[in-house]
Amino acid sequence: MAFGGPLRISTPSDTEILTERDFAAPRDLVFACYTQPPLIKRWLTGPPGWTMPVCVFEARAGGRYRYEWHKGDERLAMSGVIHTITMPEHIRSEEGFDQPDTGGMSQSLVDFEEKPEGTTVINRLTYASKALRDQIAATGMADGMEMSFKNLDALLVERKR
Amino acid sequence: MPTPASLDATFQALSDPTRRAILARLAQGEASVMELAEPFAMSQPAISKHLKVLENAGLISRGRDAQRRPCKLEAQPLAEATGWLIEYRKYWEAQFERLDDLLDELKRLEAMAGKA
Repeated sequence: MAFGGPLRISTPSDTEILTERDFAAPRDLVFACYTQPPLIKRWLTGPPGWTMPVCVFEARAGGRYRYEWHKGDERLAMSGVIHTITMPEHIRSEEGFDQPDTGGMSQSLVDFEEKPEGTTVINRLTYASKALRDQIAATGMADGMEMSFKNLDALLVERKR
Repeated sequence: MPTPASLDATFQALSDPTRRAILARLAQGEASVMELAEPFAMSQPAISKHLKVLENAGLISRGRDAQRRPCKLEAQPLAEATGWLIEYRKYWEAQFERLDDLLDELKRLEAMAGKA
């Protein structure tokens, strides 16, 4: 199978969400797609039916970023501040959605790992507390599972039989 | 909308491999405690303990037949717990597919420029 998706997702602790995805492209290109607004706008387009008219990303320590998605009068927006950025290896930041009840602020660490076949992007999102985790759960963004997503996925497939 | 408490109970119940295997078995149909104990090389009391956790989390229900009390999978809490993960993955998978296309385009441009 070619190097690439699907996305792997797990919850290594009560407060973390971990996603991993392989891309069949060199690391500098993948990093550019994460850090240059004209490129970000090409793929981080939000849920189906939404557009991304606002995209700011200041690729430096202390820099801010903001993504705004619009659908008619509806707005969905996320802002963050970059703590450290090492080209083309990792970005550590703190981010949150404008909307209340979406889990408050989270720490984000994105690692770009160079592989012979391409690049693996590992994103570790850490929430401040179990209370926040519970808040996320209440909005349908729960975590706190000790097991990998794959097990659940398999169970669900069996259940649908 | 699932409450945090019910999600906690679901995730806690799912954190044990034996209990996940029991659910997988029950996905194929009802089973008695004895039938469930067979493939696990476990005593009936040990299996009963796991069943109690699953029952308290609402993931299974027990039949009324006093002798047999067959166990049945209850799909709803499991569906609620998996729902957010599936939606989250679908969302990112869609974004990343666009990123795959963009990366292909950039690779072609680099090749044309004689870089790659």
